[in-house]
Amino acid sequence: MLLVMEPSLYTVKALFILDNDGNRLLSKYYDRELYPSIKEQKNFERNVFNKTHKADNEIAFVEGMTVVYKSSIDLFFYVVGSAQENELMLVSVLSCLFESLSQILRKNVERRCLLDNMEGVFLIVDEIIDGGVILESDPQQVLQKVNYRADESPLSEQSVAQHITEKLALTTNVLQSAKEQIKWSILK
Amino acid sequence: MIKKFDKKDEESGSGSNPFQHLEKSAVLQEARIFNETPINPRRCLHILTKIIYLLNQGEHFGTTEATEAFFAMTRLFQSNDQTLRRMCYLTIKEMANISEDVIIVTSSLTKDMTGKEDVYRGPAIRALCRITDTTMLQAIERYMKQAIVDKVPSVSSSALVSSLHMVKMSYDVVKRWVNEAQEAASSDNIMVQYHALGLLYHLRKNDRLAVTKMLNKFTKSGLKSPFAYCMLIRIASKLLDETEGGHDSPLFDFIESCLRNKNEMVVYEAASAIVHMPNCTARELAPAVSVLQLFCSSPKAALRYAAVRTLNKVAMKHPSAVTACNLDLENLITDSNRSIATLAITTLLKTGSESSVDRLMKQISSFVSEISDEFKVVVVQAISALCQKYPRKHSVMMNFLSNMLRDDGGFEYKRAIVDCIISIIEENPESKETGLAHLCEFIEDCEHTVLATKILHLLGKEGPRTPQPSKYIRFIFNRVVLESEAVRAAAVSALAKFGAQNDDLLPSVLVLMQRCMMDSDDEVRDRATFYMNVLQQKQKALNAAYIFNGLSVSIPGLEKSLHQYTLEPTEKPFDMKSVPLATTPITDHKSDITPVSSSKLPDKLTPSRQDIYQEQLAAIPDFQGLGPLFKSSEQVQLTEAETEYVVRCVKHTFAGHMVFQFDCTNTLNDQLLQKVVVQMEPSESYEVVTYIPASSLPYSQPGSCYTLVRLPEDDPTAVSCTFSCTMKYLVKDCDPNTGEPDDDGYDDEYVLEDLEVTVADHIQKVLKANFGAAWEEVGDEFEKEETFALASVRTLDEAVGNIISFLGMQPCERSDKVPENKNSHVLFLAGVFRGGHDMLVRARLALADGVTMQVTVRSGEETVVDVILASVG
Repeated sequence: MLLVMEPSLYTVKALFILDNDGNRLLSKYYDRELYPSIKEQKNFERNVFNKTHKADNEIAFVEGMTVVYKSSIDLFFYVVGSAQENELMLVSVLSCLFESLSQILRKNVERRCLLDNMEGVFLIVDEIIDGGVILESDPQQVLQKVNYRADESPLSEQSVAQHITEKLALTTNVLQSAKEQIKWSILK
Repeated sequence: MIKKFDKKDEESGSGSNPFQHLEKSAVLQEARIFNETPINPRRCLHILTKIIYLLNQGEHFGTTEATEAFFAMTRLFQSNDQTLRRMCYLTIKEMANISEDVIIVTSSLTKDMTGKEDVYRGPAIRALCRITDTTMLQAIERYMKQAIVDKVPSVSSSALVSSLHMVKMSYDVVKRWVNEAQEAASSDNIMVQYHALGLLYHLRKNDRLAVTKMLNKFTKSGLKSPFAYCMLIRIASKLLDETEGGHDSPLFDFIESCLRNKNEMVVYEAASAIVHMPNCTARELAPAVSVLQLFCSSPKAALRYAAVRTLNKVAMKHPSAVTACNLDLENLITDSNRSIATLAITTLLKTGSESSVDRLMKQISSFVSEISDEFKVVVVQAISALCQKYPRKHSVMMNFLSNMLRDDGGFEYKRAIVDCIISIIEENPESKETGLAHLCEFIEDCEHTVLATKILHLLGKEGPRTPQPSKYIRFIFNRVVLESEAVRAAAVSALAKFGAQNDDLLPSVLVLMQRCMMDSDDEVRDRATFYMNVLQQKQKALNAAYIFNGLSVSIPGLEKSLHQYTLEPTEKPFDMKSVPLATTPITDHKSDITPVSSSKLPDKLTPSRQDIYQEQLAAIPDFQGLGPLFKSSEQVQLTEAETEYVVRCVKHTFAGHMVFQFDCTNTLNDQLLQKVVVQMEPSESYEVVTYIPASSLPYSQPGSCYTLVRLPEDDPTAVSCTFSCTMKYLVKDCDPNTGEPDDDGYDDEYVLEDLEVTVADHIQKVLKANFGAAWEEVGDEFEKEETFALASVRTLDEAVGNIISFLGMQPCERSDKVPENKNSHVLFLAGVFRGGHDMLVRARLALADGVTMQVTVRSGEETVVDVILASVG
C-alpha cells in the first residue's frame, strides 16, 4: 500500500450509469482483470448502488475501489478508480460526463431523455475516456468533438414524407369541398 | 423516432425503457435494412444504437451472427451522416473481439483517418488501432507518425493514446515513434501534452537515465495541463523511491513546489506523494499536512475525503505531524458522508491522547451501524492499533469489540474483530479471560466456519492454561453437537488439548471423546478415535508430539511426496523426514491500516516460496538425487545498487549439499552476456561440485545460474563458510535499439561481494505451539548448557533480536517480546537442523552491565547440540 504507485495514464477502471432501480443503462469496464464477467460486474454495480443511492455523498469506497458519483432525478452516474487514484481526477471525469450530457439533453438529465438520445451518450463517453485513459475533461471540447444534436423535432425522412402526404390529403380535401360548394352554388 | 417509442409507452406506462424488451434476434433481423439503397441514416443509426445497447447489457452474440451484422454495417460507410459514421466506429470497437475478419474495415478507417473531415480523424484512428495487430501495424506506421504530430489536438491525442494501448502488444514498433511523441509533448493543447508525456514515460520507463532527463526537461519548462503535472509528480516520486535519493534532490523540490500550484488536483497529488514517501521527516511533511488541513474544510466531499484519507495514512507513521489538524478533524466527525466521518475518527484515535479515547469510542458507537463494512474494518484496525499504544485501555476496547461482534456484519468485518481480540489477548495476559469469554459467546452463534475453527483452535491453545479450564469445555462440546463437520472436527481437537494438559479433566474429556466417536462424519470420528487412544496412554511425550504440536511439514510438499510414494510401490514405510518442512512466513503479513481490505483473498492454499523453488530446482537434472529441499534463504545482494550487473543470491540447503542460485540482471542495453557462471572459492573444506551456467542474459531480462556445493561430511560442525564469488561470462556487444548482437564476443569477469554461509542456513524454523510439552518430549538425553556474556549488547530486546537472527530459529510462546522494565527474560526457540533433527533452545537472559546469557540446547542428536553451542561461542 505504501509502495509508490506506478505512474500511468490508466486512471479510470470503470464508468457506469444506473437508473433509480439500480439497473444498468450504460457501463464500461476498462480494466479487464477487474470483474471480467458480466455477473461480477452486475454484482459490483448492485453493491455500489446499494451503498450510494440513499445519500448523495459524492464519494464512496466499495470493494477496495474509490467510487465518485452524482445523481440527477432518476439517474446515477459513477466513475470508479483504484484506491490509490487521485480522487480529484475521477471527479473531473465525472463532472465532464455530467456537464456534457446535461448540454446535449438540454438540462433534462433524466432517464427517459437519456434513453432517447442513447447514441449521443455512447459517443460522449467514448470521447471522454478511451480504454481507461482520460481523453478529454473539458465538456465544451467533448461537445464540439461529438457534434451531436438531440432530437427536438423528430422529423425523420419518413415522417416528413408522411407529413407531406397528410398535408396533400388535407389540401385535396379542401379543394374537394370547395369544388362541391362551387358546384352547389352554381346549381342553385 | 420518438413517435415509435410513444406507442410502446402508452402500453407500459410512461418512463419505460425503450430498449427494455429488445430481442437480439429481432434487432439482427432489422439490421438487414443496412443493405437497402439509399441508406436511411436515421433508421440505421437507431439499429446500431440498439446493437451497442444490447452488447452493453451483456447480451451474448455468437460469432456468426456478429460477423454477419458487422459485414452489413460496413456498408454504412457509404453514408456521409456524421453521427452514423461515429456510431460505426463504436460498433467496430465493440465488436472487435466478437466478430471475425474485422480487418476488412482497415482501408475505410485509414481513409477517414487521413481524410479532410477532422471530426472523423480522431475516432477513426482509435477504432483502427483497436483492430490492428502487430503485423498490420507496420502498414499504418507512417500514418500514425503523422497523426501524432498533427496540429489538430483531437487527432494527436487519439494517436498518442492508441499508441499507448498498443505498447503492450507491439513495443518494438511503437518505440520508434519516440521522436514524434517528443514533439507532441511541446504542444499547446493540455490533453495532447498529458498523453504525450504518458506515452513517453511508458516507452522509457526501463531507462532510468532517459526518465531523469525527461523529468528535468519538463519540470524546467513547466506544463499547462494539471493532469500532466500529476503524472510528473508520480514519475518523480517513483524515481526518488528507486534511487533512494535524499530529500534534498531537485525532484523533491519539484514535488514540493507543486504544493503551491493553483490547481487543487495537482496540490493534492503532490501532498499525497510526499506523505507516501518512505522515511520522510516531520519537517518535510509539514507543508503537505497543512495543505491537506485546508482541504478538510472544502465544500467538495471528494476533496475532504481525499484529505482525511491521506491524513489517516500520515497518522499511522507520524501521529504528531497530524496533531495540528485535530480541530479540523473534530469538525469532520459529524460530516454527512459517513466515510469521511469514520476516517476522521480513526485518524483522531491515532493522534489523540489517552484521555480522548473514551469520548471518541462513544462517538463511533453512535454511528457504527450506519457505515459500510469496509469502514467498519478500518475502525477495528484503528482500535487494534490503539490497544498496542495504550495497553491499559484494553477493557474499554474489549467491551466495544464485543458489542461490535454482536452486531450484524460480513465475514471480513467479523474476521477483523476476531483478529483484533486475539491480538489483545496475546499482548495483555490479564485480558485473556474476558477475551476468551467474548469469543466463546461469539461462536455460540457464528455462521462463519473459518472463524469458528480459528477460535476453537485458540481455545484449545489458551484454555487449558487458564485458572478454570473446565468452563470452556461446555462451549466447545456444544459445537460438537450443533455445528458442521469442519467445526466439529476442530472442537474435538480442542477438547483433546484440555484432556492432555489437565489430569483432573481427563476422565470427563474421555467420556466426551467416546461420544464423538459416534459422529456421522469420518474426519470427526477419526480424530476422536486417534485422540482417545493417545490420551489413554497418559504419556507426556506422546501428548506433546501428537496433540500439542502438530505436523510441521509443508502441506503441498507432503501431498507431492505421498503421491510419489504411491507411484513407486515399495516395502519401506513412508519417511516423514523426506518431506520438506513448512516455512513459517518470515514477514508478518499484517495488512496496513487502510481501508483497502483485500476482499479477494485466494481461498486455495498457495504454494509457499520454498515450494516454488523446490519445483524449479527439481527441474534441473544435475540437482536430482539431492533429496528434498531443506531451506531456502532470503535473497542476498552481491552487487551494489546502480551497477552494470545486478546479482542476488538465494542459498538452498539440502541434506548434504547446498545450491546457490544467482539471479542476475544485465542493465546494459548494448551488451548481451552468454554462458554466465558465478565461480566460488570456499574458505573451508566445502567442495564445489558443478556450475550450471545461464546460457544467455539479454538486456533487462533476469536469468539464473547455479552452483552446487557439497558440504563436508567428516566434520559436521563446519557450518559456516565464506565464499569469494566472481561472475564469468562471454560479452557480445549489441545494438541498443534492436538488440541484435555481434557475432564475436570476448570473455570477461566481474567481482562480486563475498557470500557467507552461516549456522542459520542449516536450521529451519518450526513453530511449537506448546514449547513446554515439546521440551519434555525431546528429553534431556543430549542436553548441554553454557553461559555467555554478550558485552556489546545494551538491552534485552537487542539481545533477543540478535539471537533469533543468528540462529534462524522460531521464537515460541511469544517469547520474542520482552516485557518492559524487566531485567531478565527467557527466550524459547525451536527449529529443525539439516537432516531432520528437532532442536530446542532455551536462552535465559539477564541484564546487568551487558547481557549475560545462559543457553540450554536440547536435541535428539548430539552433534546438533555441539554445532549450536560451538557456533554461539
